[in-house]
Amino acid sequence: MTDQKTTPATSNTAETKTKTKTTTMTGASILWECLEREGVKHVFGYPGGAILPAYDALKHSKIHHVLVRHEQGATHMADGYARASGEVGVAVATSGPGATNMVTGIATAMLDSIPIVCITGQVGSKLIGSDAFQETDITGVTLPITKHNYLVTHASEVARTIREAFYVARSGRPGPVLVDITKDAQQGTCEFDWDAAKPQLPGYRPDLSPAPAEYAQALELIHNSKRPVILAGHGIIVSGAMREVRDFAERAGIPVALTLLGLGAFPASHPLNLGMMGMHGEAWVNHTIQEADLLLAFGMRFDDRVTGDLKTYAPNAKKIHIEIDPAEINKNVKVDVPLVGDLREVLLELMPKVESIDRSEWLDSIDRLKGDSAVRDIQNLPDSGHLYAAHVINDLWHQTRDGNTIVVTDVGQHQMWEAQYYKHEKPRSLITSGGLGTMGFALPAAIGAKVACPEAEVWVVVGDGGFQMTMCELATLVQENLKIHIAIINNGFLGMVRQWQEFFYDRNYAATPLLNPDFAKLAGAYGIRSMTVSERSQVVPAVQAARQHEGPMLIDFKVEQEDTVYPMVAAGAALHDMIRRPSPIVETAEDE
Amino acid sequence: MLNTFMVYVENKPGVLTRVASLFRRRAFNIDSLTVGRTEKPEVSRMTITVDADRDQARRIEANLYKLVNVLLVENITHQPAIVRDLALIRVSATHDARSHVLELANVFRARVVDLSAESLTIEITGGEDKIDGLLDVLRPYGILEMVRTGIVAMRRGSKSNGAAATENTALGAADDGVSYSV
Repeated sequence: MTDQKTTPATSNTAETKTKTKTTTMTGASILWECLEREGVKHVFGYPGGAILPAYDALKHSKIHHVLVRHEQGATHMADGYARASGEVGVAVATSGPGATNMVTGIATAMLDSIPIVCITGQVGSKLIGSDAFQETDITGVTLPITKHNYLVTHASEVARTIREAFYVARSGRPGPVLVDITKDAQQGTCEFDWDAAKPQLPGYRPDLSPAPAEYAQALELIHNSKRPVILAGHGIIVSGAMREVRDFAERAGIPVALTLLGLGAFPASHPLNLGMMGMHGEAWVNHTIQEADLLLAFGMRFDDRVTGDLKTYAPNAKKIHIEIDPAEINKNVKVDVPLVGDLREVLLELMPKVESIDRSEWLDSIDRLKGDSAVRDIQNLPDSGHLYAAHVINDLWHQTRDGNTIVVTDVGQHQMWEAQYYKHEKPRSLITSGGLGTMGFALPAAIGAKVACPEAEVWVVVGDGGFQMTMCELATLVQENLKIHIAIINNGFLGMVRQWQEFFYDRNYAATPLLNPDFAKLAGAYGIRSMTVSERSQVVPAVQAARQHEGPMLIDFKVEQEDTVYPMVAAGAALHDMIRRPSPIVETAEDE
Repeated sequence: MLNTFMVYVENKPGVLTRVASLFRRRAFNIDSLTVGRTEKPEVSRMTITVDADRDQARRIEANLYKLVNVLLVENITHQPAIVRDLALIRVSATHDARSHVLELANVFRARVVDLSAESLTIEITGGEDKIDGLLDVLRPYGILEMVRTGIVAMRRGSKSNGAAATENTALGAADDGVSYSV
């Protein structure tokens, strides 16, 4: 341990001067210095006993600290920051409860492959294992939900650990990394030498690439296919392969279906874009996948929400899986050709050899499948005075489509309606918790997104249930003076759970009706302007008012209470076995 | 079927937990796991046997590689290898039975390492089948206590993998031309 206070000033010969790039610093100062050198400009955190030395050293740093109201919010903000910018997001918390409050946010980032680094304070290294005040084994707790984590017990380990944490978080398949730093490691001093603190990760190999034979096999399948579909996932955005996917699809004439996290990776208005697949995907998309003879999975992982029953999934299709994580190959779906590597690099390698093939017959047959869905679209319902969530989302899209807009959703019915009715043209314009499905994600993630992209127009689309899980972060929003618009899709129910109860539990609405506060008044308590909307004709004026207002705005949209997301593939059912909206359209709400 | 993996890991605190946690997390049942030092102080080596089919074995290998501290993984199930288990067996052996038990131990080339009026303690090293065989014939005499180490394994031949593990030149999975296991 090098907690000694050596000063190189005593040996100031010319030779040692040129050699000495080091200065004596505390672990806490080294932490901020390293974060700055990693490009961090903002962190989201909450102080406490074991992290106090780090907070004390913050005053010497250029980094802007956002004070959250709950550590879960800090992790979601770091997550939203990362999703909006593509950079690593950073969250800071103290030991014990501060650290455990981060667990949900870390798991959210893990399931969606989001690069965040969580810094937690830990009790002094001498106290570890003694059940000291606010001691939790957070590296043990987060072991299965981090890409990697560290316990740092000496100041001399801080620099290398932070460098490794950022490298691991952002490389390969990104993910969350937690660094737990004991109080004495923050307080102790050592020589700081950035160059000497290079990552030492002999077993970590994020850069894989396929073998030439595998490319040849893939090309053969592509050229022999008559009914191919690209399944476009989040990996396209992570890899930055939007252009390459578009070029590939256009050259090979292959339609593109998207996962929830893939929305925005391929322009919604592109003629080859089919839309979202899966449990609440459009019917024609799921039918297309089931009828395909070749699936090209681009940076997606065949989640159960997009495959339905695996036994009946795309039964006649060969599968090519381009994926950076080797552990995803053959995990859920057995594939014929795996191409393990960075999607963009793999596509650049494939592209020159891909032949242009006329697939108009296949594309025409998909167009015929679309007809049936149009008549079931709730947008085509005459205005009966009822306000549906789909109207709100659709109007919001029309109003904001031309701008630099980021929509951040929570989890549930409103999330699926957003995915269906907001047409995303650009990557990182939709931020949503896919894999973990974390309610309470939207508001804090939107704060992170707004901090990352202050020029963007940020809209929170959130249910009345999820909003109440993290609405304490309204105070953070106000304290940071952020112009974020909040659209609460308020149906007085935990809507998606209610929908499952309607379909699968004999309409036994156990514990799903919500008695809500007056959200408009609540916003007022924070000094946030608000509106309440309950008629379809008021939606556009409300959205316009929010956009014109100089500060944040909360709009409480009181929508149909018992509306349902259609189509729906029941959990475990075959992908083509969808529950459809009754046709012709009938009111789904019971007016008893 | 039982698969045997040789896993080279960085000799750091917590690595055993990470490996064990992975098997639990992915719902694979470890049959046996041993860990110990190697010829290189910075490298530890695990021998893990786990019941898995071919695809599962692939995924285990790929998931092990996802652990940052894992240097090299080799599935030696279908490769020529030396596999050894060690057992200590305390068997009931009163005066009458003692010579019979000693004879059986001799046949299996096991050693007697402790003796009391009522029992013999036998040490045996070998493949799992051999040890199971000895246990079968000793059982009628009454096994009072038994402990096994779990297996350690090494590939036959002159090639050393420890070097590859530390030089970061991972071996390709050449057996079927699939490159995704690095």
